[in-house]
Amino acid sequence: MAGRAGQKKYINLYIAIAILLLFPLFLPRFYIYLISIILLYGLLATSLNIVLGYGGIFQFHHAVFYGVGAYGIALVLTKTGFPPWIGFIIGPLISAALSLIMGLICIRLSKLYFGMLQISLGSLVWAIVYRWYSFTGGDDGIHGIPIPELLQSPNGAYYFTLIITVISMWLMYKIIKSPFGSVLQGIRDNPVRSEMIGVNVKKHQLLGLVIAGFFAGVAGMVFVVVDNTVFPDMMFWTFSLEVLIMCLLGGWFSFLGPMLGAAVVVALRTFVSTFTVYWALVLGIIMILVIFFLPNGILGYVEEIIKRRSQTGSTIKG
Amino acid sequence: MLRVESVTKSFSGFMAVKNANLDVQQGEIVAVIGPNGAGKTTLFNLITGILKPDNGRVFFKDEDITGLPPYEVCKKRISRSFQIVNVFPRLTVFENVQVSVLSQKKKTWNLFTPSNRLVVEETVEILNNVGLIDKKDRTSALLSHGDRKLLEIAIALGGNPEFLILDEPTAGMSPEETSRCIDLIKQLSDKLGLTILFCEHDMELVFAIAQRIMVMVRGTTIIQDTCNEVRCCKEVQDAYLGGSEVCSV
Repeated sequence: MAGRAGQKKYINLYIAIAILLLFPLFLPRFYIYLISIILLYGLLATSLNIVLGYGGIFQFHHAVFYGVGAYGIALVLTKTGFPPWIGFIIGPLISAALSLIMGLICIRLSKLYFGMLQISLGSLVWAIVYRWYSFTGGDDGIHGIPIPELLQSPNGAYYFTLIITVISMWLMYKIIKSPFGSVLQGIRDNPVRSEMIGVNVKKHQLLGLVIAGFFAGVAGMVFVVVDNTVFPDMMFWTFSLEVLIMCLLGGWFSFLGPMLGAAVVVALRTFVSTFTVYWALVLGIIMILVIFFLPNGILGYVEEIIKRRSQTGSTIKG
Repeated sequence: MLRVESVTKSFSGFMAVKNANLDVQQGEIVAVIGPNGAGKTTLFNLITGILKPDNGRVFFKDEDITGLPPYEVCKKRISRSFQIVNVFPRLTVFENVQVSVLSQKKKTWNLFTPSNRLVVEETVEILNNVGLIDKKDRTSALLSHGDRKLLEIAIALGGNPEFLILDEPTAGMSPEETSRCIDLIKQLSDKLGLTILFCEHDMELVFAIAQRIMVMVRGTTIIQDTCNEVRCCKEVQDAYLGGSEVCSV
């Protein structure tokens, strides 16, 4: 029965991907750009959620890895003569490496203290990028990054985003469902007990952080393809907060919750900000309501309802 | 099998465990008893590596395991359950035990095999043993207290232990649950040949299943002997019944 339900779930997924593939045929350019942004923010938020929702680690400054990944590819493409594909690989790898270094330092602390140290170290990285004019372009950032011709058109960038997002999401899903994912969730629930069943908690958390950093770097790389720019605000702590909100809003115990959260946040920012500059106020109110009434996020709530329905359905049948 | 030699631990000046000695032979069931605050749980924490002793040594199979981190102690096939329920609340009953089995089989670094197909048999067998099989898909936070205590033991069994430490396995259980738990512990010893060290306030249970008893008072072990010897021992009677001390039996 579980298998059939699983298949049904996958059918929905295939339909969703098919619709996403067809979008460029009829949607105007602006919306294609918007959906690209939603996809890559969703990817970023999901990567955060590996350590946040599944790992229980308070990674408060996740945007650093996103920004560093983006700068990695941007610098390779603008400052070196390497073939572009090297940049596409180096970006995420630099993020993963930075994640490892910062993880090694922060993992000594737990819970909120981890988050606080992480914010400080992340801000340090931001400050370096912001100030180092000769190398990173300082607060101007880098514009007009020469990405390969194939990806320059809006549709090219869109399909690239879609493919990379789908592959990354699939990989992350596999990881969450793997033994490593189970152990990570065990650590989230109860670190002391995890040690007592033979799990080296810190090492597993560290691998989780490196994976999250890597996929954040992938999201950064995708952003460069979509937008052709990088700028220091990409790794400012306020953006990290926005990513965190995406997770909480969509549901941090659901795999697709952060993706939904990204869609809500990007849509609010785009459409509400045409009416008022105080779009963040609307987001804030929604956030308060969600925390009070849907502590598991929007998707978490929907899943709960579906579960309840199917349970009452089966008891009636039984 | 397990030998604890004059172990001492103090918390900011308070001697929680003072010069404790303990000796458990292979295949034995040994109970640790003592009034509340005698240092029983601290002693278990010192054996399993959650705390590091200030002094003294812990040997397991003649190997010095003093001060090893818990995950290393676990690899020596020592498992424990906790007095205060200590499970993975968001995972289902099945997943709770599965994580433990996965960890024991060293599969936790496996990133891409779906875990729902791994170690299913082992997990089901353990759930069968403790009698939680029909509740396997329930989120463990929603279990009754007695069932969570059983799950405690099930998680410990997931580590495929030779040596099992149970910290007040029946605390808070109803009489029926307690008798089920006694059967379970006996079964684990008889069928799986586990060596069991447990502490307990329920004297009926202690005398029913323990082969030897160790008595702890104010952090110190005062006697370790067979049930009858302990029952007749003057010091034990003093500690539990004597003077104006509150009887916690």
